Amino acid sequence: MAIADLANPTRFLKFANRTIPWLSGLTVIVFAYGIDQAMLAPDDYQQGATVKIMFLHVPSAWLGMLGWGVMSVAALGTLVWRHPLADVAAKAAAPIGAAFTLLCLVTGSLWGRPEWGTYWVWDARLTSELVLLLLYLGVIALWRTVEDPSRAARAAAILTLVGAVDLPIIKFSVDWWNTLHQGSSVFRVGGSTIDSSILVPLFIMAAAFTLLFFTLHLAAMRNEILRRRVRTLRLMQASAVS
Amino acid sequence: MNPANHMGFIVASYAAAVAVVGVLVAWVTLDYRTQRSRLADLEMRGVTRRSAPARSERSIEQAKEEA
Repeated sequence: MAIADLANPTRFLKFANRTIPWLSGLTVIVFAYGIDQAMLAPDDYQQGATVKIMFLHVPSAWLGMLGWGVMSVAALGTLVWRHPLADVAAKAAAPIGAAFTLLCLVTGSLWGRPEWGTYWVWDARLTSELVLLLLYLGVIALWRTVEDPSRAARAAAILTLVGAVDLPIIKFSVDWWNTLHQGSSVFRVGGSTIDSSILVPLFIMAAAFTLLFFTLHLAAMRNEILRRRVRTLRLMQASAVS
Repeated sequence: MNPANHMGFIVASYAAAVAVVGVLVAWVTLDYRTQRSRLADLEMRGVTRRSAPARSERSIEQAKEEA
């Protein structure tokens, strides 16, 4: 099946029905291996056992940003090509991205208390991450407020592209401002500062979370296509009655 | 640094992750069942898409059971 064929909702549904069970199984396997490796990883020489929170916090942060990235690409599909599947992809990604952003904030807060002595500070990294969560909630509210899906999609697409400005701010906030949050330690010029005994489990957990994201996204897109079919049929039924 | 002092923060973090992932999986699963059920209900009442292939009574019954 060519990628372009998936632009047809019916073919996409067939693809999703075939793929979701396999992706779900793979996600469970990679998660089981990742959690095993994370629990076996040694304690950090400075942070002790709390470094285990990193295996949740860092992938959640990445996926919160990935979710908005997926929505931004889909927003271009909505505004430039006006493709309905782009609307579906954007709408389906929003709650999942919001959930991972929330998880990032919660685990970060629980990691911050023993390491920094506080659950929260208004530094640039934490604040820009909170802004991302508020943007997600704004887009979700917009989708729910406007009844016509195509009108909602255009409004949400514009908000998504405006909100994409927050992504580089989150990424570079630790370089541009003095923050209590540590600087980049995984993807940085000169290589990672994390020892491989901790870095490898981190990457396995990141792979597991990424698989989970795409499995949930595919399933949520399938649900959204079905929801639109229900809406269309109900409108047909209502017009037939009147 | 005493790891026992911080075990609560680690456990709370993993519990939060389980809760968030659990809610997401439940949302997607329940939403799928709801939409399938609504579609099956509409098809049973004879409301179908023009582009949809004609469905036999048996396939409609099957869709209803699955939903």
